[in-house]
Amino acid sequence: MRRYDTRDIAVQYLAPQTMTEAVQALAESKGRVHVLAGGSDLLARMKGGYLEPDVIVDIKRIKSMSVIKKRAEGFSIGAGVPCIHMGRHSALKKAWPGVVEAAGLIGSDQIQGRCTIVGNLCNASPAADSVPALFAAGAMAVIQGPKGERIINIENVVKGPGKTSLKKGEMVERIQLPVKQARSGDAYLRLTPRTEMDIAIVSASVNLTLDRAGTVTEARVALGAVAPVALLVAKAGKALIGTQLDDEALETMAAACRDACDPIDDKRGTIDYRTRVAGVLATRAAKLAWQRAGGK
Amino acid sequence: MGNDTKYKARTFRAVGTRPVRPDGIDKVTGRARYGADFSMPGQLVGRVLRSDVPHATIKKIETAKAEALPGVKAVITAKDLPDYTDGDEELYAVLDNCMARKKVLYDGHAVAAVAAVDEKTARAALKLIEVEYKIHKHVTDVDEAFKPSAPVIRKDCFTTGVKPRPKKASNVSACSEFGHGNIKKGFKEADVIIERQFKTGQTHQGYIEPHACVGSISPDGSGDLWVCTQGHFVYRQMCSQLLGMDQSRLRVTSSEIGGGFGGKTHIWIEPVALALSRKANQPVKVVMSREEVFRASGPTSATSIDVKMGVTKDGRITAGEATLRYASGPYPGSWAQLGAMTAFACYDMPNVKTTGYEVLVNRPKTTAYRAPSAPMAAFAVESVIDELAKEISMDAVDLRIKNSAQEGTQSSYGPVYGPIGIGATLEAAREHPHMKAPLGENQGRGMACGFWFNFGGQSCTSLNIAEDGSVTLTVGTIDVGGARASLSLVVAEELGVEYEQVKTVIGDTGTLGFNEMTDGSRGTFASSMSAIVSVRQAIVQLKSRAAQIWDIPVDAVEWKDGHAVATGRGAKNRQPLSVADIAASAAKTGGPLAGHAQIVADGAGVSFATHICDVEVDPDTGRSTILRYTVLQDAGKAVHPTYVEGQFQGGAAQGIGWALNEEYIYGKDGRLQNPGFLDYRIPVCSDLPMIDTQILEIPNPNHPYGVRGVGETSIVPPLAAIANAVSNATGVRMTQVPMSPPRVLEALDEHLAMSRRRKRA
Amino acid sequence: MSLLIETTVNGDQREFVCEADETLMDALRNRMSLTGVKEGCGTGDCGACSILLDGELVCSCLVLGAEAAGRTIETVEGISDGDELHPLQQKFLEHAALQCGICTPGFLVAAKALLERNPNPTEEEIRYGLAGNLCRCTGYDKIVRAVQAAAVEMNGES
Repeated sequence: MRRYDTRDIAVQYLAPQTMTEAVQALAESKGRVHVLAGGSDLLARMKGGYLEPDVIVDIKRIKSMSVIKKRAEGFSIGAGVPCIHMGRHSALKKAWPGVVEAAGLIGSDQIQGRCTIVGNLCNASPAADSVPALFAAGAMAVIQGPKGERIINIENVVKGPGKTSLKKGEMVERIQLPVKQARSGDAYLRLTPRTEMDIAIVSASVNLTLDRAGTVTEARVALGAVAPVALLVAKAGKALIGTQLDDEALETMAAACRDACDPIDDKRGTIDYRTRVAGVLATRAAKLAWQRAGGK
Repeated sequence: MGNDTKYKARTFRAVGTRPVRPDGIDKVTGRARYGADFSMPGQLVGRVLRSDVPHATIKKIETAKAEALPGVKAVITAKDLPDYTDGDEELYAVLDNCMARKKVLYDGHAVAAVAAVDEKTARAALKLIEVEYKIHKHVTDVDEAFKPSAPVIRKDCFTTGVKPRPKKASNVSACSEFGHGNIKKGFKEADVIIERQFKTGQTHQGYIEPHACVGSISPDGSGDLWVCTQGHFVYRQMCSQLLGMDQSRLRVTSSEIGGGFGGKTHIWIEPVALALSRKANQPVKVVMSREEVFRASGPTSATSIDVKMGVTKDGRITAGEATLRYASGPYPGSWAQLGAMTAFACYDMPNVKTTGYEVLVNRPKTTAYRAPSAPMAAFAVESVIDELAKEISMDAVDLRIKNSAQEGTQSSYGPVYGPIGIGATLEAAREHPHMKAPLGENQGRGMACGFWFNFGGQSCTSLNIAEDGSVTLTVGTIDVGGARASLSLVVAEELGVEYEQVKTVIGDTGTLGFNEMTDGSRGTFASSMSAIVSVRQAIVQLKSRAAQIWDIPVDAVEWKDGHAVATGRGAKNRQPLSVADIAASAAKTGGPLAGHAQIVADGAGVSFATHICDVEVDPDTGRSTILRYTVLQDAGKAVHPTYVEGQFQGGAAQGIGWALNEEYIYGKDGRLQNPGFLDYRIPVCSDLPMIDTQILEIPNPNHPYGVRGVGETSIVPPLAAIANAVSNATGVRMTQVPMSPPRVLEALDEHLAMSRRRKRA
Repeated sequence: MSLLIETTVNGDQREFVCEADETLMDALRNRMSLTGVKEGCGTGDCGACSILLDGELVCSCLVLGAEAAGRTIETVEGISDGDELHPLQQKFLEHAALQCGICTPGFLVAAKALLERNPNPTEEEIRYGLAGNLCRCTGYDKIVRAVQAAAVEMNGES
């Protein structure tokens, strides 16, 4: 009889100090290789036995990835930055309150001390809180890999539940937010049965820019938990452009949101509920974003 | 004195104060040892393999590969737990639930277990066990299982309690009926009759500490079990029976317990740990994961309840009828019976009838959860009363007061009540400022009442006085939330010493006679009664020793304020002797000073509560927020009022969770979809307001101090109080809990559609 | 793969050996006997295993033991100053902010982190700040009051 050996299940832990080392580790490691950032998804799934890595690559020792930077092209948030640091960054909070609030809704204070928006993105859950806000903000993902750097629209990272477009050896190094425009504002709202420690049944984020008269010139509306991936609903954004968020414009937008929904019935909510409340939350988020953009 | 435990009015000196609990310091410093915090030298790690199908016959279990894994010391299946139950069907169900014998009956049912040198090896070994199943059709919903067309879970299940005995097996294991009067006549007398169907989801006790134990069986067949439990004597009884041991050969030590609420009145992993230890010949520690806790331990019944009630225009309830279907998991239970008994217990019902059906489903075996079965029945009945009040334009409190049970009322489940507190809690509710506070838009107020029997039962305590006069009370009833403080207060009161002089500890099963579990809110009621008897025995001793010291007849010694006091001639020259004085010469006067008691604590007074709740409902999302909550409950006598308040608040919070979001969700595949704290949503701190409390004290005539159990009743009214509040806020009657946002929004939509249709018609 | 980790726990230099995929919670409990760190879920949903890692509040079940290398850890066992209880510990006792007590270590660590960041929290801030810690016994009322009382005492207002 074959002797089974627990050495077969030994796991390797790597803690690279630089980006280059990290990419090398990811590219060269055999078997199931997982990036450890905040660990709030990875370790929870390991606990349940749903995921058994052969190699864990801890990226939090990489200094360049643990910072929020204000660059010419906008704010850059490293893959190792815990969400609680975003909440403490007053310039970031002022520029992108919706993004920061969305990131701040991921779990409790304990989770906030660990979780990252890049992890939230790459975990590829349809209900991820920060993702609709990043969609609405027009964020970009900076990806590092064996073939160097590539920068893509945030909408192109997640391909389906649990699936990303990252290739072997690649990782998202940081999220790039655009420069905040004058008279713009963003907002993120979600519906959870509890006030905290919950997963969105449905969520919506809106990012608006106004002209001096208070008319919407640009609008991006995104939804979460209503389809296999977060949705950027172009029609919904369009419905707001050229308006001052009158009731009719808001209802057209809400209808566009409902039309875009392709949710499932599951333990957290029903198709009907998600669809209907998507419109409600988008409307509320639009009003909040408008207020933040200086609309009166 | 002595064994007379009837209530006598008195002024209290210690009882009713609020000192710091004796076990508190260890709990705020991390020293306290809970189930998983204890280790035995040489212990192995035990883990359980659980079924991932809801209903199947086990064709084969292949364990050879697991046994061959280096580091694995034992693998067990049902074969290693031979059947010693000797025809006891209830015990056989426990055995079968601990380790499936022929069939697996729910997702999470244990089928095998391993003991290995470490966690990693144990996990790896589980993966090497191959189980071959023959899958059967399953049923998880109580109403589906009740149907004659449902897949029958047990071929040997014929409904008891109905005549003639059915010829066909079904999922209804038993039927029970309660009531009196003539309901037909009663409904004829009514001006308004309301009839409704209700449904409640299955909830879990949700204790934060998972089940954990360390078991050790020595080669001579004697054993030790360290375990978190609500009743170590009962655990000893059940484990020793299942393992074929003499009870006294197994010593069970209870750890600190991280919550139970009924869920730790039952054994799951304990016989498994002991059987693994017996096979491996080493101690074995088994700790459930949170997922296992949800899938395999605990839950209360999911229910479906029909209620019909009639009332006259001037507010007299003329009749009430309820049919209650309670799911018991795959084994027979008596949960619907408890629901049927409690449903109308708050009221003076001239005509009443309740029928309970126990329904088998492919879900985990139902276990007690705080006032088991009462919250669901109260949800149904109290909702209908709310509607009746509206229909006859009477205030809901006044209607309840008018019909509340009183001393001398025949209860709906049979017995005649002694002095009770339902009327008093209602009167207090009516006068409470909460009732008059203004409400805003989309806000509503609801109230509801609740009843629980309470229990006493067998208790055994020892009081030992040390040479320095300090006192140890050893009890065998588990302290789940502050009872040691209360019992030290009672001893201080009865003996006449300071609280700080008394230390209450929980003895292991080797130190005392049998004690019932901490269930039925009996902990403080029964243990304090036994403690009082123990103190009185010790006082007999103390007086006799004082008489010896003074060389006077014992009749000339009185016990007063913690001292022996001489009476009669020459008394003036004899300074009163304190406990310490007498203890100092114990060696010369007859040896150690002690008082021992073994009693059956009969006469646990029934308990009633009234709750008031304000809620705001978001009409666009169906999401509810609890704005304000008030609990008014009769405690008989509050021994430690702060911990009594704590029980009121905790029960209310659990009820709020049940009412709004908590529920087991099963997929079509019969598997539990939400076995974790993320998707089984117990309330978090930011979900709740402060919970206001008012303690009423209507003495229990059957306890020396008038104490009644207080632990359970507070979970009974919330489901109905919140449903009534939501209904008052929205104008829509909610008949299903939890009232999750999707469910409330759906009800609002239906209501809107219906009123539109009405307008058109 | 076993790793030797050097770290600072409650002010003491410590070394422990752990598996690469072993959580810090298991390492603290099983390798360093710090069983005040409780496991309620193992998935970051209950907060019973809360610790401070380099001063930041985290669930130790969501941290690998290996990650602790060179970092500073504080557990409930390190909260009091010798035999002098921390005001939070004292107020938890006085207000009966615990019944079974299994969640208490996590609450104390979380409340300490909260008050260090925000010495004068409102009731709402306390409730949201402690939302990562589940308590099934108390309904949170007495916990919130104990934290309020501790804040008052720590601010020298009593």
